[in-house]
Amino acid sequence: MVRNALGRMIPEEIDGRKLKPFNGAHADHGGGRKAAPPIRAVVDYENKLKASLDEAIEACEIKDGMTISFHHHLRNGDHVINMVMDKLAERGLKGLTVAPSALFPVHEPLVSHIESGVITHIEGSMNGPVGKACSLGKMSKTCILRSHGGRYRAIQDGDLHIDVAFIAAPAADSFGNCNGMTGPSACGVMSYALADSQYADKVVVLTDNLVPFPNYPWVIRGGNVDHIAVVDKLGDPEQIVSGTTRITKSPTRLLIAKYAAQLVSDMGLIEEPEFSFQAGAGGISLAFTKYLGDMLRERGVKAAFARGGSNKFLVEMLEEGLTEYILDGQCFDGVGIRSLRENKNHIETDPFTSYCYHEKGNFATRVKAAVLGATEIDLDFNVNVNTHSDGWLLHGIGGFTDVCDAYCTIITAPLLRGRLSTIVESVTTVTAPGETVDILVTERGVAVNPARTDLLEKLKGTGLPLKSIAELRKMAVDIAGEPEKPEFEDRIVALIEYRDGTVIDTVRQLKV
Amino acid sequence: MVSKKEARVGSEDKKGDLEVFLKMKESGGLSVEVKSSVEHMFGEKIRKKVKETLSDLGVKDAEASVNDMGALDYVIQARVETAVRRLSEAKITSSPEKRVSYGPPVRERLRRTRLYMPGNNPDLMRNGGLYGADCVILDLEDSVSPLEKDAARLLVRNTLLNIDFGGAERIVRINPLSTEFSREDLEVIVPAGPDTILIPKCEAASDVSDVADIIEGIEKDFGIKEKILLMPLIETAKGILNAFEISSASDRVIAICFGAEDFTADIGVERTREGAESFVARSLLVLGAKAAGVQAIDTVFSDFSDEEGLMKSTEEAMAMGFEGKGVIHPSQIEPVHRVFTPTAERIKYAKKVVAAIEDARKKGSGVASIGSKMVDAPIEKRARKILRLAEALGLLAGDDT
Repeated sequence: MVRNALGRMIPEEIDGRKLKPFNGAHADHGGGRKAAPPIRAVVDYENKLKASLDEAIEACEIKDGMTISFHHHLRNGDHVINMVMDKLAERGLKGLTVAPSALFPVHEPLVSHIESGVITHIEGSMNGPVGKACSLGKMSKTCILRSHGGRYRAIQDGDLHIDVAFIAAPAADSFGNCNGMTGPSACGVMSYALADSQYADKVVVLTDNLVPFPNYPWVIRGGNVDHIAVVDKLGDPEQIVSGTTRITKSPTRLLIAKYAAQLVSDMGLIEEPEFSFQAGAGGISLAFTKYLGDMLRERGVKAAFARGGSNKFLVEMLEEGLTEYILDGQCFDGVGIRSLRENKNHIETDPFTSYCYHEKGNFATRVKAAVLGATEIDLDFNVNVNTHSDGWLLHGIGGFTDVCDAYCTIITAPLLRGRLSTIVESVTTVTAPGETVDILVTERGVAVNPARTDLLEKLKGTGLPLKSIAELRKMAVDIAGEPEKPEFEDRIVALIEYRDGTVIDTVRQLKV
Repeated sequence: MVSKKEARVGSEDKKGDLEVFLKMKESGGLSVEVKSSVEHMFGEKIRKKVKETLSDLGVKDAEASVNDMGALDYVIQARVETAVRRLSEAKITSSPEKRVSYGPPVRERLRRTRLYMPGNNPDLMRNGGLYGADCVILDLEDSVSPLEKDAARLLVRNTLLNIDFGGAERIVRINPLSTEFSREDLEVIVPAGPDTILIPKCEAASDVSDVADIIEGIEKDFGIKEKILLMPLIETAKGILNAFEISSASDRVIAICFGAEDFTADIGVERTREGAESFVARSLLVLGAKAAGVQAIDTVFSDFSDEEGLMKSTEEAMAMGFEGKGVIHPSQIEPVHRVFTPTAERIKYAKKVVAAIEDARKKGSGVASIGSKMVDAPIEKRARKILRLAEALGLLAGDDT
């Protein structure tokens, strides 16, 4: 074991893989050469359209121990991951690695494939039931959690070699050109599958909406695709996009959103010529987006761009002229999908251009204000979005650590959730290092990372309730009391990989 | 008659609450079973708190089973104590922990907004001080069902003892004097030190003086030195006609308020968005208050999604002489404050008035002029009121005029 830059103990090697301990958020300068997929020839690709999914799987010659990848744009409506894994299990395959960009509660059936040895572990992201199985030590190998940018990097750099990528495509042609804009399973943006299509040995496109060639825009390019199979249904449309993105009604959460918007305004950011922002689709984030829109309108200024997850509120800002562009990473509702399809200033982006650390600059560094939620944050501003305070691994990283490259990263979270304080002395698991997290906004006060003296200067004399993070923590503990810490076994069940490929923390099996 | 052996208090569907089942036993000591949404982190602490509360109340043999939804210690204490009280024939005395302290009640202060919060909802009250209301009202009356009055009373008591409401005036609305609940409301609440008691359904001076007498007795018994203030709520035709007498019934009265819902019911008309049916009544109330030298506070605007209606209603209230409005949702606070905040222009003019009259006084005259307008004592009085308000709102600092 070695101690990384945050003092977390990291094994030198796990499952035969040498690990690099985290060494600071921007210590890595790249180097080496990228991975490369095998060279193929057109002569072998006269007819890529297979009669069935089974035929496509057959053609991939999948063997025990291979790595199978998926993307998550169909979210909790996805049928593809379960469908494919059931078929691989039926074929008697064992020891597979599954590499999804995210999992959802709908993927609970994977737990039985884990228990039966079809799946040895997950690389990428886990949510809900599969995360729980990981916490209980049910996987025979160690899982790896990566951010969206980190996943792209790992595939590009050859750390994650994908044998077969299965890409769910709401619209595809017989050449394999795909996008997510039309069809019964439309999801809008589908670019998290980009790296899979570029670097996997074999690429299978599944669609329930075969459209005439050429299907454009081609987010996934046919030249990267081996086989296309038509299935009845990729998923459940109602669960793919939530029909209702709603602003929170909770007065506490609205207060937090208001403080966050006021903060961005008080720092003078919105008047800067290249103002841009990113906020998710959670209740606080949506309210923030709305308040920020009100402020832009009032001042008569316009954002250069807004980073999606797009949703109704962001699209309204685009259409009203409060932002010049939406640079989108995923669509959270039907309005987002419609706008992506119809508005040329609503642009689909992929994790390479927006999030990846091993590239020649990315969009994340150009975002002025990013608003993110968190499960825990500690006195050093380290953030945990993976495990709950009771120790269960229940969430993936999403784009969290990548987004933290923004000029000003703002965490919005209730100080108290029920009886639990969001601020802890030391986070259960580090997802993002404190050096990349700038401001915490809670209902009882706003804490600025003391390293950001420039931001503190800008906020002096504003009406915001500025406190130190230790003061806020004391308030929470005074009100709610100090909780017991979870107990863990020695066994490491998952690694939290930082976006540059180093290991920032580990997750241990929960004692139950 | 068989005495009651089992009680159930609190709700398991409310965030921050705790449901208690308590069964008294003849022997066997105390046993506590805990189910909690935060069991791993707080299970032991909850068990301990339940046991400790039972022992403090003199219960030696009982079975308690609790369903916890993240209740804080003072909520646990209140719920368990309520259960014990429900099963106990003797009078229970308890001394719950006090964790916040306040200065004495302040007569003269801003009361632009009074945020109502249901007294039996732990989660809402916990955050009540965060939204910037000038006053918070912890309600034991209309928002609490008759079966839960005892539970709400102890919860409000413990909330006062444990939660810091920042600079807000802490008001408790008790039940009307005509009900069986009001005396016990006062006995439990007064020792917990609220700033002000809101007395509903006041119709005559005696409604106020009776409450004042009870409070005085409790203050004496408990050796409380600070005088708790009173805010009568007038919501009947009779009450309106007695507004002046009610306002002058006790020197504890600092403001009288209007309750439109009960008033319109009393006179037998529908309540409208515009409120024309209560215009005269509200005017009379303002006159009664001003004649007695206390503040007048308007009723709530009950549709919290209608910000425009709220603003209009507040503007009207201000024009009529009211100093504040009741609010039922935190989102109403900011709009009401906006209306009651003097504009920069008005502040500037008020300063001019005061400067002109002071200048005139130096020269031995009681009358000054600004341009072609005469400025005398009543105009000065109004100007000084605006400046006091501006000062209280921190609008005078760093200004150069």
